[in-house]
Parts: sequence; C-alpha cells; structure tokens
Amino acid sequence: MIHTLAFYLFAVLVLASGAMVVLARNPVHSVLWLILAFFNAAGLMILVGAEFIAMLLVIVYVGAVAVLFLFVVMMLNIDFAELRAGFIKNAPLGAAIALILLVELVLGVGAYRAGVVELGEPLGNAAPLAGESNVENIGAILYSQYLFLFEMAGVILLVSMIGAIVLTHRDQRAARGHQNISKQVARRPEDATELKKPEVGQGVEL
Amino acid sequence: MIGIEHYIVVSSILFVLGVLGIFLNRKNVIVILMAIELILLAVNINLVAFSAFLNDLTGQVFAMFVLTVAAAEAAIGLAILVIYFRRRGTIAVDDINRMKG
Repeated sequence: MIHTLAFYLFAVLVLASGAMVVLARNPVHSVLWLILAFFNAAGLMILVGAEFIAMLLVIVYVGAVAVLFLFVVMMLNIDFAELRAGFIKNAPLGAAIALILLVELVLGVGAYRAGVVELGEPLGNAAPLAGESNVENIGAILYSQYLFLFEMAGVILLVSMIGAIVLTHRDQRAARGHQNISKQVARRPEDATELKKPEVGQGVEL
Repeated sequence: MIGIEHYIVVSSILFVLGVLGIFLNRKNVIVILMAIELILLAVNINLVAFSAFLNDLTGQVFAMFVLTVAAAEAAIGLAILVIYFRRRGTIAVDDINRMKG
C-alpha cells in the first residue's frame, strides 16, 4: 500500500516537474524544476531497489549537471523574453508530434499487456546474488564483465573535459600583450634606432 | 500492485515531455539541453525498471553509462553555448547556421 502511494507520488511529481521544465518562463526556474525531477526519479529508482543508480543520479545530476546549468544560465546575460517569441507558433506542431509519439509508445505497452509482445529472458549471468546489497552486486559485474566499457566511460569523461577546456579557454597572454623576454634581450640598438642628419629647412623622411 | 507497465508509462510520458520541450523552445539552447536531459532521464528510468523487474543487473550498469554520456554531453553543450554567446552576444539558435564555413 505504502509502496503504491510512494510510486504515484514520485511519478506525479516527476511528470509535473518535467512539464514545468519545458513550460517555465524563466530558465533559472527550469533548472530548479529539473532538480526536482531528478530527485523524484531517484525516488522511483529506490522503489525498485536500485539504490546505487538513485544515489548516482542525485550526485551526478543534481550535484554536477544541474549546478553547471545554473552557472551558465546565471553567468550569461540573456534576454529570455526574446527567446520565447516562437513559443506559441511552435506549439501546435510540437503538441501534434508529441501526441503521436505518446500514442505510439502507449500502444507498445498495450501490445505487451495484450500478450502480443513477449519480453526475452535474461541470460542469467548478471542476476543479483541473494543476500548481497545492490552496490556489491553492481560492483561485482561492473569490474568483471563490463571492465572495458567502464574504462571507456572514463575515456569519454576525459575527452569531454579536455573538449570543454579547449573550447572555452581564452589565451590571456595574446589578449593582453605579454612580455617576451627573449625578444627584448635580442633587440640591438642598430636595428631599433637610426641616426639622421636633416638639412636645414627640410624635414625628415621616415 | 505496481508492475513494469507503470514504470514504462511514466518514462514514456517523460520522454514525450522532453521531445515537446525541444519543439516548444526552439530558440533557447539552454532549455533544449535540459529537454535532452529529461529524455535521457526517461531512458534511465526505463533501463532501471527493466533491470529490476527482469532480475538482471545489466540494465543498471547501462544506466550508469547513459549517465556518463549525459554528463559529458551537457558539459560539451554548455561549453559550445558559452563560446557562441561570447562571440554573438545571444544564444538564439535560429541564425546559428551562419557559423557554417
């Protein structure tokens, strides 16, 4: 009973805050609704016994991604009213496509319930062991079966970090006229200055 | 009793909300990126629900990889957004095709 109640609470909240992410006027509010959506999704995952993914969702999404969004939204001084100009114009097309997509997805679930679609049986080599916690089970298969995929995930994060730094890095030295010591030392008086003896009444040709 | 269908319905509605968000906020890249995050969240809910109900942990491991890729994508997307804003003073994506060389 309490399980059902909790499911409906989390489900309704995740859908409502997901809708508010899309519909909110101010992107700062959108980010805050996104954080609420992530928390409720983590609650949904805890209900099925996936504590590790739920905590990861809170740490990675709320702790890192949402804060990154918040930083960017607040750092850039953007005129948001101008960006909402096409909102009403795009609404009918978007609603039509969303409705079609939703009907298709629900039809899939209906087909499954009617028995047309049968889910495949899992291989059984990744079944959780009885008596072990979710974290221990995930660790056992992540560091054995999925070791190379796990390392690939690390490479993806490294590449994205380098990419973000390369993209946003500004060369401060070039922008401010940096002191080049070897160029200064190599400078000689005969290259830099020239003696002229101008005739009286005439200027100097430069 | 809550079955797998409940989770599938929740995640498909969340997915559709994300797609709708891309259509509604076609000018605002920040909200588009947030809508993509919603879509990936829906995918994660689906993976975890199937993993739990089929008694197979592979789905949860895959949800972790989806999480990794989503974080990387958000970082790169926001970096591109920041340099675009620095150059143009706006983030309207309507005239972003002027960037083609």
